[in-house]
Amino acid sequence: MTDHIVIVGGGTGGTVLANDLADRLGADIDAGDVQVTLVNDDPDHVYKPVWLYVPFDQREPADGRRRLDELVDDRIDLRIDRVTDIDTDAQRIRYRDAARSVEYDYLVLATGSTLAPEEIPGLPEGGHDYYSESGAERLREALLSFTEGHLVLSVVGTPHMCPAAPLEFVFMADDWLRERGLREAIDITYTYPIQRVHGNPHIAEWARPLMDERDIAVETFFNAESVDPDGQTMTSMEGTDIEYDLLVAIPPHRGVDLIAEAGLGDDGWVDVDKHTLEATAAENVYALGDTADTGVPNAGSVAHYQAGVVGQRLASHVRGRPPTAIYDGKTLCFIETGMDAASFVEFDYEKPPSPVPPSRTLHWSKLAYNESYWLTARGLL
Amino acid sequence: MTDIDIEPTETVDARGAACPGPLMDLIGKIRGVESGAVVELLSDNEQSLTDVSEWTEESGNDLLEVVEADDHYAFYVEKA
Ligand SMILES: Cc1cc2nc3c(=O)[nH]c(=O)nc-3n(C[C@H](O)[C@H](O)[C@H](O)COP(=O)(O)OP(=O)(O)OC[C@H]3O[C@@H](n4cnc5c(N)ncnc54)[C@H](O)[C@@H]3O)c2cc1C
Repeated sequence: MTDHIVIVGGGTGGTVLANDLADRLGADIDAGDVQVTLVNDDPDHVYKPVWLYVPFDQREPADGRRRLDELVDDRIDLRIDRVTDIDTDAQRIRYRDAARSVEYDYLVLATGSTLAPEEIPGLPEGGHDYYSESGAERLREALLSFTEGHLVLSVVGTPHMCPAAPLEFVFMADDWLRERGLREAIDITYTYPIQRVHGNPHIAEWARPLMDERDIAVETFFNAESVDPDGQTMTSMEGTDIEYDLLVAIPPHRGVDLIAEAGLGDDGWVDVDKHTLEATAAENVYALGDTADTGVPNAGSVAHYQAGVVGQRLASHVRGRPPTAIYDGKTLCFIETGMDAASFVEFDYEKPPSPVPPSRTLHWSKLAYNESYWLTARGLL
Repeated sequence: MTDIDIEPTETVDARGAACPGPLMDLIGKIRGVESGAVVELLSDNEQSLTDVSEWTEESGNDLLEVVEADDHYAFYVEKA
């Protein structure tokens, strides 16, 4: 009997896991005892952190794309298709482009986040984002010709991808506009849904004085309710109005519908045991990366570490041994604090983050990591 | 649990979630319900005690009741 492992989603988590399994289970795959299928709905793998630099005209979206077939080990069955249905009782999934459903022994959901700007009336027409390729390109056009007025960065909801990225954007915008002699003519406001500037109190405590120093205005307890694109105003549930000339929003995030439809969790996020990453509502189902509801940030580094844990656990299952690898909440994050300085945090379920003083070295480390990311995806780093 | 006669329209179970998860779950639910609806939030995070009351005050919604159970709190918030 061949054990069939199906990984849905070929982003950071799914790709690292596929290559990890090719490495760990290579001999078993060659012997026909294990089959690993990676299914992704796009022939390209997309590295999203590149989008932060696109609005400032420092990177092209193409820098964040590579063909999956060049990144994934040959021993993996790569399928470019979309999974449209999961039946966890029968252990079967359905592909969009196939007549028959497919059985799995182990299913890993690594379907990531999707954006739902339409949940806030007026936001799709009135707001920009850099959380999508097309959004980042459109924002670049707007930002390059923006010379005066009010720039508002609004975090509409959490969870969202990369909790550091909204802070990074305002720090970078502040520095970039200063370098271009435009900062005097442009006000910057940052809004956040809760009573501080970041979900994590330690990061909030570190970031707030930096924002004050740089004259970045802050509006907390601001949960955007609607946007009036004609009047260029954003209104919050708390009853505050903010007028803007350029609105950059972190739109509401969702997972994929098929997860909720399969009864695995709300809003497309899979309920999991935060240490084993096993789905709580079904047998033989794992989730990792943004999809897994663990409470840690939706970050590529998290997806990477979780892929290592799921890889080890699956290898143990296949070999009939009790799995012992557990995820401890490890998260690493570089935080840009301007155009040529960055900080760095490392934390886990037990140890809180403590951002280090910003430096040029850390900024270059972040850029170097972005370049070497392709080795990470290949499973080499 | 103490007996209360509040009939919630919706319940959000945020037990196990770290801060600010429970508050964000509550805000997300309040966003989608009609004015006058009551949302019940279950949270085992101590921080929710201050988070939820601060937010309801700021947003003009009504924190009707906080009930302490064995291992969690139940917050009842009426949408303004
Ligand atoms: C602007 C920005 C900056 C960021 N910066 C950083 C950073 O500096 N550091 C960091 O660690 N993280 C960063 N992130 C976050 C990081 O990109 C994500 O957390 C990471 O990509 C999550 O990986 P994942 O594998 O869970 O999902 P993804 O990488 O999003 O992959 C999901 C994949 O699943 C596919 N898929 C979805 N549904 C289906 C289906 N039904 N069938 C088939 N395929 C499907 C999708 O097309 C996609 O390819 C940033 C994100 C953004 C937007």
